Amino acid sequence: MATLGHAVPVLALWVMTAAAQPVSAPRQQELVRMVRQDCGSCHGMRLTGGLGPALTPDAMADKPVEALLATIYHGRAGTPMPAWRSLLTEDESRWIAERLRSGFPEEERRVP
Amino acid sequence: MMRLPSLLAGGCFAVVALVAGCALTPLEGTGDLGVVVERSRGTVAIVNTSRREVLAEVPGLGDLSHASVVFSRDAVRAFVFGRDGALTRVNLLTRRIEARVLQAGNSIGGAMSQDGTLVAAQNYQPGGVKVFDVNTLALVADIPAEFAPGQRSRVVGLADLPGRRFIFSLFDADQIWIADLSDADKPQLTKFEHIGHQPYDALVTPDGRYYIAGLFGEDGLSLIDLWDNVPKPRRILAGYGRGEQPLPVFKMPHLRGWAVAGRRAYLPAIGRHEVLVVDTESWREVARIPVAGQPVFVIGRPDGRQVWVNFAVPDYNRVQVIDTQTQKVVHTLEPGKAVLHMEFTPRGEAVWISSRDANRVSVIDTGTFKTLATLVIDSPSGIFLTSRAGRMGF
Repeated sequence: MATLGHAVPVLALWVMTAAAQPVSAPRQQELVRMVRQDCGSCHGMRLTGGLGPALTPDAMADKPVEALLATIYHGRAGTPMPAWRSLLTEDESRWIAERLRSGFPEEERRVP
Repeated sequence: MMRLPSLLAGGCFAVVALVAGCALTPLEGTGDLGVVVERSRGTVAIVNTSRREVLAEVPGLGDLSHASVVFSRDAVRAFVFGRDGALTRVNLLTRRIEARVLQAGNSIGGAMSQDGTLVAAQNYQPGGVKVFDVNTLALVADIPAEFAPGQRSRVVGLADLPGRRFIFSLFDADQIWIADLSDADKPQLTKFEHIGHQPYDALVTPDGRYYIAGLFGEDGLSLIDLWDNVPKPRRILAGYGRGEQPLPVFKMPHLRGWAVAGRRAYLPAIGRHEVLVVDTESWREVARIPVAGQPVFVIGRPDGRQVWVNFAVPDYNRVQVIDTQTQKVVHTLEPGKAVLHMEFTPRGEAVWISSRDANRVSVIDTGTFKTLATLVIDSPSGIFLTSRAGRMGF
């Protein structure tokens, strides 16, 4: 951003504000666990569906990231899908939406 | 109940000439056994609630997210319903899988018939109920939840009724059906329509008289008095949200017959951090009890003196205890991160609580609230003790 030049400082500032904040690696691990385990109570731990629809890459293929993000962040009225915005940021929702489309990561196994 | 485990018996025969003491191998009962689902690795742990220990682990059960279990009448066999549609029969004494069928694409639970001969599975995909012979796991009846031509509903709230009958709710069709398998070749269906919007789970009271379906799509529950000459659904606790903006429900509550304590039923509100108390004679609201989050399980201790409540994420590190004489929360515990389930020992002196993210099952004294034992179990979810074998609605 610093290399954009002097002519567009206002625009640069706006871009920086709107730009996605990277999701840290430890937080990514938390999100993977959350999706597999907590979202999994409706969508299945393997995301093959349940009371909620399947979230496999095949099932997500025709769904734009923006639509998935909106569903995660704002929920879907008339269905049991709640708005997760009290637990997730928009950037985290986007991270999840993108990973769902490309094939959601597995949890790192820990031996208790 | 008393069986010589075939594994041990075989071992004895092999070495009996060498080890005289083998003849003293004790017979085992199953009354203090149970299973704990290890949801992340497709395994169940067989536990003993007297010794408070894990006896064995049985792997190879597939996808156990949302797994549930019913028991054979002799309380020797556990029928495990997997999310992937598998129905597996595990012998608690030999500690082995005896039989396994892949009966659907997506399943969430099941029920045992009153006479112990039939086990039924409730399925999301394809939506319907399938009924199996408990001995052979052969398909006895296939009941598609087809509520309109080509349209099948996801099935929830399956429970056994007196006679060879099962009752269940259709989430997508706002209906309740009863399947009578007196003649298993010709299941007779009774259908109730317009029972309320989006039934998400249901229970049968311990006497088999009432079926109550929780509704996700509206404030209230649907009740059927099965002892009526002509049973019909009616709403109870209608409008308990009083038009307030509902809170997000990050996990659906579960209902079972344990919610009935004395002459009252304790039911989770949807989208409100409250337990609803209803009189089971008048079906009027008695109280609503503020609790720490969205209730998931609301479970009466077997004597009905206490009701224990756990919660949906993000409040799922806590468990609260309601005193049914004062209708107040009298104790709050934090047994470990992500409490998923609670199960009382048969007479209720202790409760077993699973904490998924702590990889721990805690055994808590229900009188003193002291922790009696902790067991290390991988991502534990459902805890199912064999005392369920003798209870209607389990």
